[in-house]
Amino acid sequence: MKISSGTVRLIIPAASLAVLLAAVFYMQPRTMSYTGLNLLFNLAVPIALATIAQMLIMAVNDLDLSMGTFVSFCACVAATFLQTSPAIGILIFIGAIAVYAGIGVVIHVRELPSIVVTLGMSFVWGGLAVLMLPSPGGAAPVWARWLMTAKPPVIPMAIVASILIAAITHFIVMRSSFGVVVRGVGGNYRSVERAGWSVLRLRAATYALAGFFAVLSGIALVGLTTSADANIALRYTLLSIAGVILGGGEFVGGKVSPIGAVIGALTLTLAGSFLSFMRISPDWQIGAQGAILVVVLALRLLLNRLEKREKNR
Amino acid sequence: MNAPRTLLAKPWIWSFVATAAVWIITILFTGGASTVGLSQAALTFAAFSVIVGIGQMFVITLGPGNIDLSVPSTMTLSGTLALKLMDVQDSMIAVGLLLAIVLGLLVGIGNYALIKLLRIPPIIATLSMSFVIQSTAIWANRGLRIKPPETLANFTTSSLVGIPNIALVALILSALAWVLLEKSIYGRWISAIGQSTFAARMTGIPVDGTRFITYALCAVLASICGYLLASFSGGAALNMGAEYLLMSIAVVVIGGTAVAGGNSNIPGIWGASLFMFLVVSMLNTYGFGAGFRLILTGLIIIAVILAAGGRQSTR
Repeated sequence: MKISSGTVRLIIPAASLAVLLAAVFYMQPRTMSYTGLNLLFNLAVPIALATIAQMLIMAVNDLDLSMGTFVSFCACVAATFLQTSPAIGILIFIGAIAVYAGIGVVIHVRELPSIVVTLGMSFVWGGLAVLMLPSPGGAAPVWARWLMTAKPPVIPMAIVASILIAAITHFIVMRSSFGVVVRGVGGNYRSVERAGWSVLRLRAATYALAGFFAVLSGIALVGLTTSADANIALRYTLLSIAGVILGGGEFVGGKVSPIGAVIGALTLTLAGSFLSFMRISPDWQIGAQGAILVVVLALRLLLNRLEKREKNR
Repeated sequence: MNAPRTLLAKPWIWSFVATAAVWIITILFTGGASTVGLSQAALTFAAFSVIVGIGQMFVITLGPGNIDLSVPSTMTLSGTLALKLMDVQDSMIAVGLLLAIVLGLLVGIGNYALIKLLRIPPIIATLSMSFVIQSTAIWANRGLRIKPPETLANFTTSSLVGIPNIALVALILSALAWVLLEKSIYGRWISAIGQSTFAARMTGIPVDGTRFITYALCAVLASICGYLLASFSGGAALNMGAEYLLMSIAVVVIGGTAVAGGNSNIPGIWGASLFMFLVVSMLNTYGFGAGFRLILTGLIIIAVILAAGGRQSTR
């Protein structure tokens, strides 16, 4: 059986997740249980959704530096409006997704750098979040809480959710014709344009879809934490970018992998638990996380070299 | 009669126009009462953004994907370690500065080693590096907040003929950077690399050496800025660099440097830094709350980009 290069790309992320998981099991055997796994991966669900959103943006060669503030904003909406008056909450979310589509249009029409526009938007989302929740508070909608704390048989919710996210987005991005054209925009938008598609519409749709996943991320986060504050997800911007890269995605060229992105998000979450089990002093935990990132990327370089050597043979 | 037209064609002019507009609006509101105070504050705080902005600009000039995310953590580490080493002794001021510069060099070497040896995209390499640097800073910051040596603290907070000393330092650094960018072979090289790395390599430009120097330069400038900021604010804090991550990128881009690389300018960084500070103080004087202030700051950034962005579409 011939292994496609896409599968090869997934080997390193999957292997690093497996190694990390094995190490955690070895150090703390009690995590090898239903509850243990759920606790380990609980916080990965919102990160995975945000990573998928970032991945969509990166598929069209852009970068979203407002991801963290936007997810925080969504979490604040979910903890306030969505909980007290669901109709208004849903309207706000639809509006936010429309704004995302609008950002895509503006970036495309004016040929603006996405980094700068989203940088500006990060202030806007942050401001809106502060307006809604000046101090931490709010409450999770009952159904979101129920969904995130559900206990399906055999497999913990966090794992089920991750697999579902990976499967659905894999279908959208890798299997549907929409996904193929979106990745085509990242690869060579001129040829996509010449083939008759409207790149403007594609970019708007991609941004809207990314906005949708970021909204889900915000709701999932509130479902876990039961309350929100304006700074709740600020680190998601960098986590989501790192997750996509860890999962085998590239900054340019439309090379992305939804399954890889979810695995990348899981790996980043697990790295945190791993370090606390290692009893590494809290001072060095962030640093060690950086080191893990470097090691995984070094492994990937090694694998890419091997792949190239195989091809040259 | 060509002067006004060539001036209007400069990409950085818009940031100054916007700055002047915001300055006038703020002054009008206060009835001219705070003219001197506001201008001095603007110059002081803009100076810090200018110093980190220049470094970031050199990196962004290198072309798509080049960005240094380790700026804030480098600032924090250098401020923390330098103050610790100086230990309130005036005689150690120069040694502290030297430490800051060496630290910057080390960070630059680390950043570029990751980028080059591991072929990691710069954004991830500098991000990983910043985690490590931040950890070191947390570890070093244990204990009491150390005050800066008195002479240094006085120097950073006082001014010479009405212009804050910090702004003068930033002005000297900008002049040096301008010479480096416009008049030296190195400046030509980074622009060439930014326009086409492949073509630059073909013409025999030492691409790797130039990129390495650029990352080192950016880290050294961030380090010096951290040293000055810590002295100015009476001690190093772990989050002192945080706002300079977005700021360093924002001032470069608003200042008219092409994000795609290969075309940059120094005056724009000054315009943009003054603008960013004045916008916040304008919204403050008008009594807006934190939420509205953030929203308006964001909308103004986007508006400036929209207004100035047209010229980039000729690419």
